[in-house]
Amino acid sequence: MSRATAASLVRGGAFAAAGIAFPFVVHAAWIVNIGVLTLMYATLATAWNLFSGYTGYISLGQVAFFGLGAYTLGISFEHFGIGSGYNPLFALPLVGAGVALASLPVAWIALRTRHMTFAIVTLTLLFVVQQLAFNLHSLTYDRPFYLAMLALLLTALAVCWIVLRSKLGLMLLAIREDEEKARGLGVRVTGAKLVAWWLSIAITAMAGGVWAYYLTFIYPESAVDPLVMIGAVLMTFLGGRGTLWGPAIGAFVLVPAQQYLLTRLGASELYLVGYSAVFMVVLLVLPRGILPSLRDAIERTRERRRTHGKRITRREAAA
Amino acid sequence: MTVLLEVESLGKRFGGVTAVDDCSFGVPEGSVTALVGPNGSGKTTAFNLITGYARPDSGSVRFAGASIRRPDPVRLARRGLTRTFQQARVFADLTLVQNLVAALQQPWWAAVRRAVRPHERTRALELLEQFGLSALAEERAGNLSYGQKKLLEFATVLMGEPQLVLLDEPTAGVNPVLVEQIEERIRDLNSRGLTFLVVEHNMNLVMRLCDPVVVLDHGTKLAEGRPDDVRNDPRVLDAYLGG
Repeated sequence: MSRATAASLVRGGAFAAAGIAFPFVVHAAWIVNIGVLTLMYATLATAWNLFSGYTGYISLGQVAFFGLGAYTLGISFEHFGIGSGYNPLFALPLVGAGVALASLPVAWIALRTRHMTFAIVTLTLLFVVQQLAFNLHSLTYDRPFYLAMLALLLTALAVCWIVLRSKLGLMLLAIREDEEKARGLGVRVTGAKLVAWWLSIAITAMAGGVWAYYLTFIYPESAVDPLVMIGAVLMTFLGGRGTLWGPAIGAFVLVPAQQYLLTRLGASELYLVGYSAVFMVVLLVLPRGILPSLRDAIERTRERRRTHGKRITRREAAA
Repeated sequence: MTVLLEVESLGKRFGGVTAVDDCSFGVPEGSVTALVGPNGSGKTTAFNLITGYARPDSGSVRFAGASIRRPDPVRLARRGLTRTFQQARVFADLTLVQNLVAALQQPWWAAVRRAVRPHERTRALELLEQFGLSALAEERAGNLSYGQKKLLEFATVLMGEPQLVLLDEPTAGVNPVLVEQIEERIRDLNSRGLTFLVVEHNMNLVMRLCDPVVVLDHGTKLAEGRPDDVRNDPRVLDAYLGG
């Protein structure tokens, strides 16, 4: 195992351990609730990054599949009597795989467009699904799930990590950099994009399922909420698009900030001003997103130290 | 000599403009064929039609004895026909090694493998060595100079072990030393059996390097033949000088 691989595994393990310990150390229910929300957004942002961050195709319709995941889980409750407790969560992978599979024909058509057109096409998807959802009944069931959301986020991060290290990851980056050139070299661009899309949607739909179960009820407005989509996209940009940890970091900064401001300033609409202020400050100070900007800064310092060291040795040599 | 690429009465219109008009020519196997002509004579459009980046209105292309019904860049590249672009296109955010390895043609199930495997890195480093870029192997391609990007793009298309490489102005905007290096690379690869079709404005280079030479004007073939014959063809002189 290379040193970089070991370092990644240690980072991932430490994050997982801290995440698991959190709800056992902190007992205040409201903080754990913020934790669930944070993990939900971190998962969504990571899943979004897996497709849009790596390929450069900005999809604004992902949350349609979040909603479909929520409804699929909810409807299977009503019809198949899956039960309660942890049982429904075991059905999640099936929900994710199924919803993602069903999304492939749509993706195949949408992926024939690019840039702004692609963003708009996927955005309409969101409203189509929301319209559909308005025609369904609201559903009810039980119990919050911090650990399920954490497991999902860890899965999403692991999938991203594996993809980034694989040939698929290299193909996706080539597509983001110059898709035309990649085609001319024989890179199977359509296949690569569809696989990334499938993975991304599967995770998104599973997050939707957990979210629906956690809320115990779903409405079209909450299950297919454009604001959820925009939130996940903003967090990805904030943390660093196309990086492994960036989207999750973005969520860990923004969601608690948003919740804090909501409780302090919730009575007025001022919390929205505070929320956007957080965002503006980070973008002004770290324009490429938190992770890439920090990485640049560290590299620059190292570079400066190295050239500084050289200058000293040169002076010493002269003396 | 067999004809590797055969273009037959190719035509393409963009709105009211006829870019390529009833254009036919062939690229003999093992040759360095030049495609020349004044600006706007349809050279790059012809490239785009041959490589599947644009769909022809009429005509047909045969490659390696097989007719290509619906040209598609991915499929053509995998059959051994690949190209470079006029503006030196590289994957800017990837390293040079990654740029090259991304161009390796893989079966679909290889997508789960490591992005850069040791023997693939070795292969990439060998190519970079030949192009004098090995010192920059781990550099971001976006940091290269324009000329170096041209070299990298050239090296990249070789990773897929093509039969025919279409070079779109390989020496445009490149300093004389690099021009020499590129010429040398083309000669060397050609002597090892690789066929080239080159769009080029540097006439000295074309006359030294290419045979046959195909001249396009207003989307149609004006002349085709040995460099000396083409150079002395009055119609060619007319197209370049008379307008």
